[in-house]
Amino acid sequence: MPFFLSALAWLFDPANYVAGSQSPLPIQDRIGEHLFYVFASVAIAAAIALPLGFFIGHTGKGRQFVIGFTGAVRALPTLGLLMALFVIIGNVVPFTQTAFIASFIAFVVLAIPSILAGAYAGLESVSRETIDAARASGMTELQVLTRVEIPLALPLIVGGIRASVLQVMATVVIASYISLGGIGAIISSGIGLNDNNRILGGAILVTALALAFDGLFAIVQRLTRRPGTVTSRPRRPTVLRIPSPGRDAKVALATDERKN
Amino acid sequence: MNWTIANFDLIIELTLNHIRLSVIPIVLGFVIAVPLGWLATRRPALRAFIVSGGSLLYTLPSLPLFVMLPYVLGTKVLSEINVLVALTIYAVAVMVRSAADALASTPVAAREAATAMGFSPLSRFWRVEFPLAGPVLLAGLRVVSVSTIALVSVGAIIGSRNLGYLFTNGKQRDFLEEILVGIVASLLIALVFDLILVGIGRLLMPWHHSTRLPVRLPNPALPARAGA
Amino acid sequence: MFTASKKARLVSGVIAAAAVIALAGCATSDPTASETTDGDAATDTIVVGSFAYPEAEILSEIYAQALENAGLTVERSFNLGPRQTTIPALEDGSIDLMPEYNGNLLFFYDTESTARSTEEVNAELETKVPEGFQVLEASPAEDKDAYVVTQALAEAEGLATIGDLTKIEPFSLGANPQFGELAYGIPGLKSVYGVEEVTFVSIEDFGGPDTVKALVDDAVQVADIYTTSPDLVKENLLVLEDPENLIAAQNVLPLLNSDVYSAELEEALNAVSAALTTEDLIALRERVEGDEKAQASVAAADWLKEVGLVS
Repeated sequence: MPFFLSALAWLFDPANYVAGSQSPLPIQDRIGEHLFYVFASVAIAAAIALPLGFFIGHTGKGRQFVIGFTGAVRALPTLGLLMALFVIIGNVVPFTQTAFIASFIAFVVLAIPSILAGAYAGLESVSRETIDAARASGMTELQVLTRVEIPLALPLIVGGIRASVLQVMATVVIASYISLGGIGAIISSGIGLNDNNRILGGAILVTALALAFDGLFAIVQRLTRRPGTVTSRPRRPTVLRIPSPGRDAKVALATDERKN
Repeated sequence: MNWTIANFDLIIELTLNHIRLSVIPIVLGFVIAVPLGWLATRRPALRAFIVSGGSLLYTLPSLPLFVMLPYVLGTKVLSEINVLVALTIYAVAVMVRSAADALASTPVAAREAATAMGFSPLSRFWRVEFPLAGPVLLAGLRVVSVSTIALVSVGAIIGSRNLGYLFTNGKQRDFLEEILVGIVASLLIALVFDLILVGIGRLLMPWHHSTRLPVRLPNPALPARAGA
Repeated sequence: MFTASKKARLVSGVIAAAAVIALAGCATSDPTASETTDGDAATDTIVVGSFAYPEAEILSEIYAQALENAGLTVERSFNLGPRQTTIPALEDGSIDLMPEYNGNLLFFYDTESTARSTEEVNAELETKVPEGFQVLEASPAEDKDAYVVTQALAEAEGLATIGDLTKIEPFSLGANPQFGELAYGIPGLKSVYGVEEVTFVSIEDFGGPDTVKALVDDAVQVADIYTTSPDLVKENLLVLEDPENLIAAQNVLPLLNSDVYSAELEEALNAVSAALTTEDLIALRERVEGDEKAQASVAAADWLKEVGLVS
């Protein structure tokens, strides 16, 4: 307990927020870096994964690939990915840029699966009747996608983005070991100097940030929920009834919304 | 390739240790999460608490957790226990969601029929609810397995002896082959564990496959691993 | 699950039992030694630790193999981190023996020490090592921190000593995180040589490839690269001279928990210390970090054979 209190005191000490201090201080610089890396890489990952996910969810093609891909990336050891990229990129690019580029690629790779899955699961969760009705009322495929499927799928899409933000936030900490900066630099300098305040202070700080953004996204998810849609209630997974094969089962899998 | 062949025993040693460090949290995670999940279904008031608690723990970034645990647990700084506890926490966090959903989804009719036949609550759990929840539990377990194996290597930063050593040592020597070997070994372990789990699933739940139910996938929008 | 056929249950039971046995087997042959119980302190098992960079691993392997050759039981717990991690590990019994560098170890215990030469440092170190621990004979082999610049920069700006760095102020300096606070680091640069306008860039790899790369790419103009680094020659770098003796001697020597002391241990380690030279360290590092990428344990074993300490 005394360690935590001391670390909290250190976190709130204005002396650690003086601009121009020696690395890894000031704290606000590290927070800024950290958040920049997280959101920039998630944005890029979203730019890649969302269109792909919408295509797969709307047309139903390529599902097996996504499942396989998600599983494969989930199995990748983060530290290994970071180090491998660092060595590869390091041979091509000068030092200052190596950490940045290598880490960025790793963050994007790790962020894509969750966003992709959120996108296609979200689209699959929209009931077929609704989509048929939309088509019947004369909407083009693109209109069906943008005016019906995506808005109804928003909670799951946002859920996917939320998951990848948390993912990358934690990975940025590890990237401090390839000299990237961010809040991880505070922790590793603390380990290097046996300074409990830095170690715990940094750990508490990044954990608090993660929880804060998680909460924020949870609120956004709730706000994007449309009343009366399938995804607005925790739906009992239907896998245990004798299934009518095909669509029914697929929708059942995707609508397994975790109530957050 | 030469390096790989020359250092095969080192790779094997690290792999075995990596396996050991993975299996314990996976098993413990399962053993702890299933009763918690059951509790969540039987006491709706607790469900929100348990599942949100799991979510919260899942949100904790991994390296900071490894680093904070010695202070909380009073363990020695280098103790392996820090890594094992952290990994178990993540395993429980992932599994408890699966368990709660799985156990909640047993058809009321089946439960009532069991009670009518004279099963005690405990007996009903073991012989009716738990088997019916099997497929979903298995899917959750497969996710936990893959995530845990991937996360063990982060422990190398605090001196844990596993495949993660190949990553840090390889980077220090600018040696790509060593790092790639570590990644491949880690992926292989994940694959083998997954096959074993699927195999055990088939053995213990033969009815599941004969009716060709689609294997339930865990929520695909879950983070790829517990706050890696 | 338990409605599965008898055969299925039997097979799963066998798999589970096999898994448990395999686990138990892995556990007992587990070389990770980070949790020795206090009881071990009185037995023969000596846990050797190491810092988290290749040279440290080489030295720790040399110690470990020398002790094994002397008939002692050794466990390895390598790549733990910097001194700030290993000293607490020694204190709580997680490890028993570390190859150390006398200068830096002395400054860890006494940041104000003015000892600089090998003799001064050794003498003071004997008095500063805490109760329950001891150091053995120091080796002539040294691995010192050094202020390093590229030859090109040195020639362009006429840099020969650390004091000359005032000519290129302001500049960036890359080094491991501790450097910003160490007596011979940034603070010493200011107080001893009057070099003030330095931007400290923290690089995690203790003078390893990142630090070298940063220097060569001019991301930093000066770097702390250790004197045994094979890259000093390979990349055409210059070690700035240190006329004011800012950087103290850094001879390799064993630091151990007195509980594991024995005459055999002292004999084995003193023999290693006597035989080890700075050139040996450079050659060993070249084997492990250079193109050959030899494993530290192999390089250590070969060296021990070469000098005749192991047959």
